[in-house]
Amino acid sequence: MGGPDSDSAYQALAETLDGDDGRWAFGAGFDAGTAEIDAPAPEGVDRDDLATYCLMLADDALVASQRLAEWTTHAPELEEEVALANIALDLLGQARVLLSRAGHLGAAEPFRVGPQDDEDVLAYFRDERAFRNVVLAEADLGDFGRTMAWMLVYSSWRLALMTRLVASRDVVLAAVADKAVKELAYQRQYAAQWVVRLGDGTEHSHARMQAGLDGVWPFVEELFAVHPVEARLVEAGVAVDPAELRAELDAVLDQVLPPAGLTRPERPAVGLVAGRGGRDGIHTEALGPVLAMMQSLARAHPEATW
Amino acid sequence: MVTSTDVAVWDVAAQVTDPEMPMLTLADLGVLRGAETRDDGTVVVTITPTYSGCPALDEMRSDLRHRLQDAGHARVEVRTSFSPPWTTDFISDDGRRKLAEAGIAPPAHVGPRAAGPVPLTLDPPERVVACPQCGSPDTEIVSRFGPTACTALRRCRACAEPFEHVKEI
Repeated sequence: MGGPDSDSAYQALAETLDGDDGRWAFGAGFDAGTAEIDAPAPEGVDRDDLATYCLMLADDALVASQRLAEWTTHAPELEEEVALANIALDLLGQARVLLSRAGHLGAAEPFRVGPQDDEDVLAYFRDERAFRNVVLAEADLGDFGRTMAWMLVYSSWRLALMTRLVASRDVVLAAVADKAVKELAYQRQYAAQWVVRLGDGTEHSHARMQAGLDGVWPFVEELFAVHPVEARLVEAGVAVDPAELRAELDAVLDQVLPPAGLTRPERPAVGLVAGRGGRDGIHTEALGPVLAMMQSLARAHPEATW
Repeated sequence: MVTSTDVAVWDVAAQVTDPEMPMLTLADLGVLRGAETRDDGTVVVTITPTYSGCPALDEMRSDLRHRLQDAGHARVEVRTSFSPPWTTDFISDDGRRKLAEAGIAPPAHVGPRAAGPVPLTLDPPERVVACPQCGSPDTEIVSRFGPTACTALRRCRACAEPFEHVKEI
């Protein structure tokens, strides 16, 4: 260390940090120049309802993506680490478009503290109660077995949802869904093969796989609960009825669990308090630390751009 | 007001290469969707992302803007469109040949997705992916995810060479 060059480099860094120009990096947004984001809400559809629904589907993906990213540098093999990071990236991509759409519909304004893109405002400057994700998305992923159980449930459910959302009257939801179907089918395939391999593996891997599935199970019931916003938008031909998705998840589990030698858990559901859950901003204690990890940097440097 | 496809603009945009697979142009990859000139002289180029989270998208937009500005277009707008979604079927025959020449196995044609629930196959029949080095069909998957979002890693049992495969979506 030392020497004139490094001194001046540090000097330059210190100077930029003092001034308004010393900004670095979050994302380049989808807001500017994305053909579909600017489309008006479909005829007869409440703008706030549509924005809220976009936030629900965005937060399901954003929070899950942040959780999956925790595996980076911790996965059992390099190949699985790359897989988990890629899956997290797919979900982040889905979230970014949906957040931008919600922002275009006005959802970012209450949280705006600076010149950020809508998607960044919504990702980094909302507090826990404003997040609309299902509790499954924020749940601790535990060991690799539990992560695969989580992914089998999550991707099967979201795939069933997105397969139907392709027919949405909202052009952005339909476009996101059309793309997401292929990505989620790939994720489900990946998870299903691991669940069978670990469940049908050694005594030890079987025990941990079953424990992982047991651990995820209490969060499954909430996936099929219908929020009033969803109910209104189902009526309007924009949203998917979550209650419709149960049969498809059941069919996947009926297909995967027997060859894996796993039993369907019987455990009480969690996640709903007096009928309200993640869709209403009522979360488990797991969400706070996830948001702290995701948001602290952006909040410390709210002017940052790249 | 946007006019119909501007061939001169398209030709410039079509030469920009993919940041992650530079043997392919954006036209080869099938992500270039439109090139137009507005009445006010603004050039509007439309691209579509390969995957929702494709990190190369911002690079593509920046490269397109610079290449068109270098070609004398002062005002350039790069728009992104998600619909219809990109699939590997959009990769041109020329693109497939260039991939193979670069040692990357091109994707097979998959055709449109059937409507309704996507079936899950626990033990899917292995697609035959020929080794781009020696041509042998005797290859195996090493990892379903590769160094970029759109590739998987494979190995040839005949010549033992590892290679990337642009996986079908």
